[in-house]
Amino acid sequence: MQLIIFLGILILIWQGAYWLGVEIFQTVKSYAVPSPLDVGKRFVELCNDGTLFQAIGNSLIRGIIGFVIAVIIGIILGLLLNHFKYLQKNLKPLVLGVQTLPSVCWVPFSILWFGLSNQAILFVVIMGSAFSIAISVDNAIKNVLPIYIKVARTMGASKQQIYTHVIFPACIPEWIVGLKQGWSFAWRALMAGEVMTTSIGLGQTLITGRDLADINQVTVVMLVIVIVGIFFDKYIFSIAEKKILRKRGLISENSYR
Amino acid sequence: MSLVINKLSKKYADGEEDTLHKISLTVEKGEFLCIVGASGCGKSTLLNLVAGLEQPTSGEILLDGEKISGPGAERVVMFQEHGLYPWLSVIDNVKFGMKLAGIAPNIQEEKAMHYLEMVHLQDYKDYMPHQISGGMKQRTALARSLTMDAKVLLMDEPFSALDKQTSNRLREELQKIWMETHKTVLFITHSVEEAVYLADRVVALSASTREIAKIIPINLKRPRHVYDTEFTELRHRILDIIKEG
Repeated sequence: MQLIIFLGILILIWQGAYWLGVEIFQTVKSYAVPSPLDVGKRFVELCNDGTLFQAIGNSLIRGIIGFVIAVIIGIILGLLLNHFKYLQKNLKPLVLGVQTLPSVCWVPFSILWFGLSNQAILFVVIMGSAFSIAISVDNAIKNVLPIYIKVARTMGASKQQIYTHVIFPACIPEWIVGLKQGWSFAWRALMAGEVMTTSIGLGQTLITGRDLADINQVTVVMLVIVIVGIFFDKYIFSIAEKKILRKRGLISENSYR
Repeated sequence: MSLVINKLSKKYADGEEDTLHKISLTVEKGEFLCIVGASGCGKSTLLNLVAGLEQPTSGEILLDGEKISGPGAERVVMFQEHGLYPWLSVIDNVKFGMKLAGIAPNIQEEKAMHYLEMVHLQDYKDYMPHQISGGMKQRTALARSLTMDAKVLLMDEPFSALDKQTSNRLREELQKIWMETHKTVLFITHSVEEAVYLADRVVALSASTREIAKIIPINLKRPRHVYDTEFTELRHRILDIIKEG
């Protein structure tokens, strides 16, 4: 309820600023700044002709496929980095470095290798999030308390059992945080990838809006991108994270965190 | 069962003095042996060597004639930190070692309940570790160690992270459990009182020479009481030995 009122106030301020800037003083042109009312209208239109749902659907499918592949690659790479000292010493700094590359930087290569295709977008998504997942997989394993491993060893655990019974379960909270971050990277990379191609999706809808000088459509798509991002963060990753942290006593039962 | 420690030395770096120097000791079957010494005398190192978590520089440890080369379930350790897994309930923590060993689930359940009753935690079996007190956590860890039916139970200052009252109650319970089960125990502590209270023999390590200063048999009847004159005398005798060492 509080949130709805807050958002209402924000929209009022937005409307007020539009009214002052565009209609009263006319310092800003109406094609450069959208009004909440026009954006709302455009939103309804885009919903009615199905464009928006198709775009969201396509983007989500692409994002999820790319993310899943990135998770698989990230986990394998993270485990390798953790297990082999040689890779830890030599490859890890490189992975850390590559991870700082904004995902757009992969666009030229992906177009050269895959053309203006779906695969090209997936490639950008995977490159944008796999490395950050690998790093969090590796870091989480390093943060496992030594006592957990010592206890298991003195109870006769094999090397494999130490992984399956101690290290993996101990890592789950940190891995969920890593996946959450990986998803947000994947989602951003997806937009970078979609903007450059012509396959239907949120990024392409945004660019169409730009090409038609339709600032309202651009704004609608931007808002949808934010809302989808919040939805995944709040309703998928955060719920899982809280549930696990609460079970382990890492946050208290009535914490609002 | 016999645990024979033979001329055991441990040095962490070349040129440094030995952390342990030519320790020889035999732990008898069913014996409760305490090792005491000032901090830095190498008592925890000795336990880690017996546990197989560290390797000796020279000498050897034989369990039933076999040389110890690494950790194993027949020498289960109870640490100062309880080391319970926060993602497992109390009973699942107790079952952990049996699960690793691939013991049938119904036997796991039966044994876990048996030892949980022994440490008076049967009503807390479904609690998560963060929901129980420090003393209860350490009792859970004790139950977990007991389920392993180890040849020797190694205990590394298991009660020293607890408050005095809780630690006194736990050692009382441990004495009772030991009188019922007669497990072979190698117990490390810095508290002479605790050692005299629990042990059949007390091994005093010297902090200066890193050797065994003296082995003192404790022939007091169990259950023991801290305020008995004999108890106090023994305690002072051992304290003197440690101070001189």
